[in-house]
Order: sequence, then C-alpha cells, then structure tokens
Amino acid sequence: MNLTELTIKQTAEGLKKKEFSAVDVCKAYLDKIKKFNEDIFAYLLVDEKGALSQAEEADELISKNKAVSVLTGIPAAIKDNILIEGLKCTSASKILENYVAPYNATVIKKLKECKAVFLGKTNMDEFAMGSSTENSAFGPTKNPNDLTRVPGGSSGGSASTVAANMAAFALGSDTGGSIRQPASFCGVVGLKPTYGSVSRYGLMAFASSLDQIGPLAKTVEDAKIVFGAISGKDPMDSTSVDLPSKKEAFNLKDTRVGIPKEYFVGGIDAKIEKEIKAAIKKYEDMGVKVEEISLPHTDYALAAYYIISPSEASANLARFDGIKYGASSKEAKDLLDLYLKTKGKGFGPEVRRRIMLGTYALSSGYYDAYYLKAQKVRSLLKKDFEKAFRKVDAIFTPTSPIFPFKIGEKMDDPLSMYLVDIYTVSVNLVGLPALSIPIARVDNLPVGLQIIGKPFEESKLFNLGNAFNGKY
Amino acid sequence: MISKEEVKHIAKLARLGISDKEITKYQKDLSSVLDYIEKLERVNVSGVEPTSHPFSSENVVREDEVLNKKDNGKLVDMAPDKKDNYVKVKSILK
Repeated sequence: MNLTELTIKQTAEGLKKKEFSAVDVCKAYLDKIKKFNEDIFAYLLVDEKGALSQAEEADELISKNKAVSVLTGIPAAIKDNILIEGLKCTSASKILENYVAPYNATVIKKLKECKAVFLGKTNMDEFAMGSSTENSAFGPTKNPNDLTRVPGGSSGGSASTVAANMAAFALGSDTGGSIRQPASFCGVVGLKPTYGSVSRYGLMAFASSLDQIGPLAKTVEDAKIVFGAISGKDPMDSTSVDLPSKKEAFNLKDTRVGIPKEYFVGGIDAKIEKEIKAAIKKYEDMGVKVEEISLPHTDYALAAYYIISPSEASANLARFDGIKYGASSKEAKDLLDLYLKTKGKGFGPEVRRRIMLGTYALSSGYYDAYYLKAQKVRSLLKKDFEKAFRKVDAIFTPTSPIFPFKIGEKMDDPLSMYLVDIYTVSVNLVGLPALSIPIARVDNLPVGLQIIGKPFEESKLFNLGNAFNGKY
Repeated sequence: MISKEEVKHIAKLARLGISDKEITKYQKDLSSVLDYIEKLERVNVSGVEPTSHPFSSENVVREDEVLNKKDNGKLVDMAPDKKDNYVKVKSILK
C-alpha cells in the first residue's frame, strides 16, 4: 500500500485499525520529499526531526486508542507565511531569510491540539504577492503535472505538495485567489473560507481585509476536515467570528446554481470553457437547477483589487524596517538610510512594485481618485453578489481563464500576470467562501471549477463539491 | 506616463531605496497598471458608501490589565541591534 496516496480519512482509518503507524506514514511522506523536492521545490524547509517526533507522540495516543482527532498523526505542509514556533518563517523573502518564529499561529496551535504532524514549510510568492510562485526569493516551484510549468500562486508550494503526494494536506493563504488558483493549476482541492472564519493570528499579513488561511487537500472531504479543525473565533484576531451553528439539510435537487454571464465573455481558453460547461451539465443531470445570473460590476473587480490590496500591503509591510527583526542594512548611516537600504535590498521586485503602487494610491492628491473609489466599487460588487444570492445558493465559475503557463512566460509583463486572477479576486473583496475542485484534465493539465457561496455556507460548498465526486 | 519625480516621491514616502536605473522601470510598470485601473473612471459611484471590510464590525475591547505575562527576551533577541533588554535604534534627534 502506498501510504502517500491515501486521503486523510483513509489514513485515519488505517491508523485506527493499526494497519500502519503514524511514524510509517510520516516516513513515507519524508521519503517522497527526499525523492521529489529537489525537482519540484515545493518545500523551503523540511523538519524531519520534528515531524518524526510528532508522529511518535501521535502513535503513543493511537496505541492507547486515545487519538484526539481524525487529524492525529496526519502529515501536513504549511505555507511559509504561517508561523510555527521554533521554525524559520521567511514568507519566501530575503528580508526574513533568517527569521525564526517566536510563537505559533492560531491555526498551528489548533492543528497541534489535534496532534497533526508538520513536515515543513512550503514555497510561495514573496509575501504572497503573485500568481505563479515565481516571485519567491529562493526560486520557483514547478507544477508536479508538468515541471516546465508553474504550479500557480501564491500558495504554489502548498498545492504542489498535495498534488505530488508529498503531504496529506497543506495550509495556504488566499488574498486574491492564492489558494484556489494553485489548487486549480495543480489539480487539487482548495478552499478560501469566509472572511473571519479562520483566525489570521500568526499569518504574515498581506492585505488585512482580504487575507484568509485555508486548506489544500486531495479530496473535498479532506478539505472539510481541515477547515473544521482550523476555523473558529479567536481572541487574538478581532476580525474572526464564530461560525453559525445551524446546519441545514442539503438536497442536490433543491440547490440552485448561478452561472455569471460576465465570466464567459472572451479571454477564457476554449478548452477550459468546454470542460466547465461539461461539469455544469453533470450537475444539471444530478438534479441541480442551473440558471444564468449577472454580476454587472465584474469587469471592475480586478482594478479595484489592484488598488486595495497593494494599498493595504504598503501599510502592512512597513513593519519590515530593519529594527525589530529580519534583515537590516549594516551600511546605513542614519535612520532614513537604514529604511531605504534595508527595504531596497530585502524586498524582491514584485513586492517593491506593489508597495510603490499602494503608496501612490494612498498618497495625498490620489487617495480619493484611487483608494476611496476602489472601496466604493467594492460596495457595488458586494451588492451584485447579494442580489445574485437572493436567486441562487451557489455560483459556479472557472477558477482560472488559462491553463498553467510555462515558467518565465509572464515575468516580463506584470499586468498580464495580474489578469490571471480575474475570476478569483471578487470573492476576497466581498469576503465570500469559495472552493476550487479539479474537474478535468486536458493534455494532462488540470482544470478547476470554482464554487462560490454565501458567507459562512462552507458546508454547502463541500456538499456541492463532493457531489462531483472526482468523476472525470 | 507617471513622471520620474513622482516615482522618486513615492519611493521616499515608502522609505524604499531605489536606484536611478529602476526609476525608468517603475515609470513603465506603474503606468501600465495605472492605465488598466483607469477603467474605474467609468463606474458611477455617486451615493455609494465605501466598503473597507467584508462585514460590519465593531471595535473589540478588553480591560486594560496585564494578561499572559511573557518573557520578552525572545523578541528582543530577534532585533538586529540591541543592548541589555532593549532594541537599539539609530538616533532620531540630531
């Protein structure tokens, strides 16, 4: 039995039946990593010693039939912008190259309580800014389905570990599509939870009103298990909320799904459109009511996102000043010089580009024209979705308009890279939950379907996603 | 096209050190993105309130008392420049 091919649920069952131990599972994944990480470069850091010790602890509990959770002994990969105490945490940036996390993120604390196992930290676009993981200061991750292509970003490392069976599940972060798009590019399941349902304490902030941590997993059921473990109100994150406890019965035949017409006009690869339409037809055959809807301000979402997110980022990244932690220029003659030299050298080109964009948008004389305007467009997008959700329970769209592109293909044109996020950004601006599930492969390249739901209705997304059942 | 002066001004506001060579690249990159963003000009937002946050939220407060007394040694240790139990900074007043 190939232990790395099992889902979380299958692994947990095997552990319970004593078919194998948590140490067996951990070693199997570590072996996979030794074999494939050099080529794929999904992991920036592998904590072999820590992982085996955690697996042993899990085995202790399992042997006494005291496994605390279905995640006990299950090995995970964690995006390198989420703090694990005692391990380096770099956000794939030179400015944090030697930074060691002094505390655990709340999501890590929760997974530790479940006695999950942490294999290591995954590669990402620097400070989560990017859609391909090519902006990592340490080198790009390759798509396990085709090593000449990108895995997507910014959680490209996390998505790759799951796709290549180098972890049973992973955590990523999503600000404009950074979990869903790499999930789609790598052929795995990815969830961006409703804003506020997962604590951001211990996540290095990119855009605080958009960021969310979420799971990447082999199946929808696995994603649901991880979401259940990491979600919940946290006193350390004032934007986190308690999830509503009411559970509604789900019936596929009573579910109404909307297809936004604005998402199917030009720019989408014809082969992707064909597969998405085929998937929608499958749902119709299962009894789901499908209808066309309109999200009229769709065309403005990306522009609003590329004002709001860099603006928030320019504020969040101001903390990397060479004084409290991280890289610090030794040649600085005074305070201003310290700032200029530390940031000039420590931040990569995309990060600097976005800080510049954000600073410009927030600067005196431009604030009203850009930032304030974008925030008003955000209100219009919110109204679009509210209106649509009065008619439908969920919205289906492609996750990405294009297939995973070749490494280097979009690096010379920042704008063409930004356009990749066109289907995912609205979701973050409005704070909705969205799930990407793999629905097809064309010439071995995965296609993802995005399922968008009403706030806090992740269970509906899981039910819908599960119904597709990976049958393609 | 955004001017060289504007690029230098923004870099100064952001406390970001950029070389003269980079100024031209920033002019090009920023202008290209700002051109795309121009499409927001077409949106009618009269009477629309701005949204800064997905859900309406209120300030979360607690009593001003010491909780979780932690040893801050670990945090000071991380500072690139320190003395005793203090983080050292360059002089601000000349």
